[in-house]
Amino acid sequence: MSTVYEPSAAPAATARAFLEVRDLRIHFPTDDGLVRSVDGLDFTLERGQTLGIVGESGSGKSVTSLGILGLHHRKNSRMSGEIWLDGRELVGADPDDVRRLRGRAMAMIFQDPLSSMHPFYTIGAQIIEAYRIHNAVSKRVARKHAIDMLGRVGIPTPDKRVDDYPHQFSGGMRQRAMIAMALSCDPELLIADEPTTALDVTVQAQILDLLRDLQQEFNSAIIMITHDLGVVAELSDRIMVMYGGRSIEQGTVEELFHSPQHPYTWGLLGSMPRLDRDRTDRLMPVKGSPPSLINLPSGCAFHPRCPHAQGPGSPCTTVRPELVATAAHSGHRVACHLSPEQRLDIWENQIRPNL
Amino acid sequence: MGAVVMLVIVSMVTFGIFFQLPKLAGQTTDQLAASYVGKAPTAEAIADVKERLGLDDPLAVQYGRFVKGVFTGQDFSNGPSVEHCAAPCLGYSFRTNEPVLPTLLDRAPVTLSLAVGASLIWLVAGVSIGILSALRRGTVFDRMAMATALAGVSLPVYFTGLVSMAVFVYTFRLWPNGVAYSDFTENPGLWAWNLVLPWVTLAFLYAATYARLTRSQMLETLGEDYIRTARAKGLPERTVIGKHALRASLTPIVTIFGLDLGLLLGGAVLTEQTFSLPGLGSLSIHSILSGDLPMVMGVVLLATVFIVFASLIVDILYAVVDPRVRLG
Amino acid sequence: MSSTPLLEVTGLQKHFPVHAGLLRRQVAAVKAVDGVSFSVAKGETLGLVGESGCGKTTTGRMIMRLLDPTAGSITFEGREISRLSQGRMRPLRRDIQMIFQDPYSSLNPRKTVGSIVGAPFHLQDIKTEHGVKRAVQELLELVGLNPEHYNRYPHEFSGGQRQRIGIARTLALKPKLIVADEPVSALDVSIQAQVVNLLEDLQNELGLTYVVIAHDLSVVRHISDRVAVMYLGRMVEIADQADLYTRPQHPYTKALLSAVPVPDPAARKERERIRLTGDVPSPLNPPPGCPFHPRCWKAQPKCATEVPVLSERTPGRSVACHFPED
Repeated sequence: MSTVYEPSAAPAATARAFLEVRDLRIHFPTDDGLVRSVDGLDFTLERGQTLGIVGESGSGKSVTSLGILGLHHRKNSRMSGEIWLDGRELVGADPDDVRRLRGRAMAMIFQDPLSSMHPFYTIGAQIIEAYRIHNAVSKRVARKHAIDMLGRVGIPTPDKRVDDYPHQFSGGMRQRAMIAMALSCDPELLIADEPTTALDVTVQAQILDLLRDLQQEFNSAIIMITHDLGVVAELSDRIMVMYGGRSIEQGTVEELFHSPQHPYTWGLLGSMPRLDRDRTDRLMPVKGSPPSLINLPSGCAFHPRCPHAQGPGSPCTTVRPELVATAAHSGHRVACHLSPEQRLDIWENQIRPNL
Repeated sequence: MGAVVMLVIVSMVTFGIFFQLPKLAGQTTDQLAASYVGKAPTAEAIADVKERLGLDDPLAVQYGRFVKGVFTGQDFSNGPSVEHCAAPCLGYSFRTNEPVLPTLLDRAPVTLSLAVGASLIWLVAGVSIGILSALRRGTVFDRMAMATALAGVSLPVYFTGLVSMAVFVYTFRLWPNGVAYSDFTENPGLWAWNLVLPWVTLAFLYAATYARLTRSQMLETLGEDYIRTARAKGLPERTVIGKHALRASLTPIVTIFGLDLGLLLGGAVLTEQTFSLPGLGSLSIHSILSGDLPMVMGVVLLATVFIVFASLIVDILYAVVDPRVRLG
Repeated sequence: MSSTPLLEVTGLQKHFPVHAGLLRRQVAAVKAVDGVSFSVAKGETLGLVGESGCGKTTTGRMIMRLLDPTAGSITFEGREISRLSQGRMRPLRRDIQMIFQDPYSSLNPRKTVGSIVGAPFHLQDIKTEHGVKRAVQELLELVGLNPEHYNRYPHEFSGGQRQRIGIARTLALKPKLIVADEPVSALDVSIQAQVVNLLEDLQNELGLTYVVIAHDLSVVRHISDRVAVMYLGRMVEIADQADLYTRPQHPYTKALLSAVPVPDPAARKERERIRLTGDVPSPLNPPPGCPFHPRCWKAQPKCATEVPVLSERTPGRSVACHFPED
């Protein structure tokens, strides 16, 4: 494990993780009220590591990633907290400085590679553009680099395909080209937002392999945002589960899959049919629907859907649980009012046998 | 291919309408011919005109003669003299005693000057206002611009034209001698100066439409995923807007611009009337009012040529702009 | 299982013509579905899986007669329906219903839930015992919605609830067969499970027969009794769910299964993986012989020339491969 969370340690500048997010809040004022998309988020990530962010739609995972890149419009969003990337603070930084980091120090891959590429420019032109913003090189050199990058992400005959338009590529090839574009400036942080959701399963496997190989080659830190627990299990070192704009559980991939502690994480695991187990008779879904971010439930945001929540008046409905380490010096943290003994008991006796 | 078919159909329909309509309205060919003879028509003169114009022939024969004239030229006897109208001959006007085509070519530069100048103004003004409005959505500028645009769309040209004449020509005397067309080749400065008012008046109408269209296109484009990608690459905002967003937003505008320009080249009727410009538009009004059928026919055909040609250019341009069209 | 299957599809084809040139002559055809045969017994669930462009959705639409087949037959309750006119098809529409993928676009936003779910009664002119409203409220209750929400509009519901509304509408006419095209893929994980459970409950309660079209192999395994795998417009393998997932016989099925990411970090090292290279070829110009041979690691010269026939190797299990796995 690379990141060890010490609850009492004051954040000293020298001991900062490569990426450190502290009490991040991203709110959007709307006509219906204030949308608290991200509301007090903490996490860290080291170079060469992959953090999987899991959650349902509206949990704040995509808003977080766009926030790190500084892509929220300052006019219609309010952002507070701290984001430290390699010793630089981004939330309070000049937007133009953040802009210069985008694409060079941190890059992003999006869900739908067809709509995420400009339909009127060739693949090559789009990669060349990305490279030349941050590198003072001639068009010829940039083009050579673009061809080189396309080759490295596994596109056959890159010297010919470089002049193709996005619509001439297949879905998988387009996502490879997106990855080539994102990696063209050798970023230290790569954020992948549902990079394989729009792809077929055999192509998804190819892209996941590619990301894994490229990470070893470039030693970049990856944030992998997905709703697919299978994908995070394949690729992540650490996992953060988000619910209602907050992190409700964090830990290593082994901790999260082998001894999860939050009832919502249990719910996610019980919801998905799995190919690696015998077929169960029934899935164990989480009841109800994800909460409204304008009017989040009091106390623990998950309590209306939680089968283990205590009744009205209990801390579950009145006090928001903080994210605390499950054991001293453990990186496994959970935000739940159940006692560790209760959680262990429920997991071992009620949940695990039925997965 | 489609363009040629289009031209033939339009010429047939126009021919049919203009040469058959008077008959349907109850006019005899005698009365028709009489209107060509002038005052105090004699029976002889009427018969003579009927004979010369072949007014009693079936419509198809008359049309055939017209088409033949386009390719081979035609002779028209005008009383004592015989006028030769060389190919391509679009007919001969007995009102003005002129062949149609030279008259059209004589009037075309005025319309061309008006249309090209005005279209440049509205394109630049409309598109830039539209972009600014989209970028400053909801601000005072946006609301003012869109209110003005609404006014521009709703106010007819003869209203804005007359108001501007009243203000600039008669009150401030910026054009002490009134607005009169002067040839570009003679004095380009004077040419432009005299056309300023018609240009601005005509452009105001179109700029309004273009501003609204650009604004909505731009807003739609700014919500696209590839704009987010462009920002994520670290492109400065002016490149994101000026290159990525603009190119996608302008594509539909190119289409409409081509067709609008083609239409205008057929004659900006109201504007030319308002400012008394001797262009194709005022020619067509005069010809219709005086029942000068060959001339009306010529104007309509010329306008069709412009529109067909413009839509052809638009199709080609579209393929240049959008690679998805090009590769089918 | 009964002797005559509820639905039987034989040699089904759908070719979409491609026109080009000045005279718009047909220059080629996209062979979206190219000879598909299967049968579904009453009360059974058949899963239809494959990657995008394999023809699974086109097949579903042909069963619904939303598309006319180019060739082949579709028999429903022993009756040939593939050539019936739309008018003759109408009474049959009560028996065959469809669930769509997108619960947002498939519900009319200007109509109340009551009129959406009640519409089939009016369309088919059906008399209900206690009035349409009562019948609709019973349906809402059946799919787990509050019957008092009768007068609400679709936008007042979440994605999962909308899918329930769609299901309630489907059930209004007590269909015998339901074709579900990606019924849960637009939903969040926790909601997916709710809808999957609902579909299963309804099947047990009402004796429904499903054809479930999906790309998610885990969901298909969970919900299906038998599973058919499609590739480039053809069926490559069809078998009982347990057989297919534990011992796939077609190399493509095997590759497909091994590509599914498993939510268990311990498995990531030990698992045997088959990585297919390249993309699915275009159905406009499918490879000769076995459509899978250019990507198949077991391909022999024969595979490039001879089209393998879907043949029953053991009862209930058919594979179209010259060299199937054992």
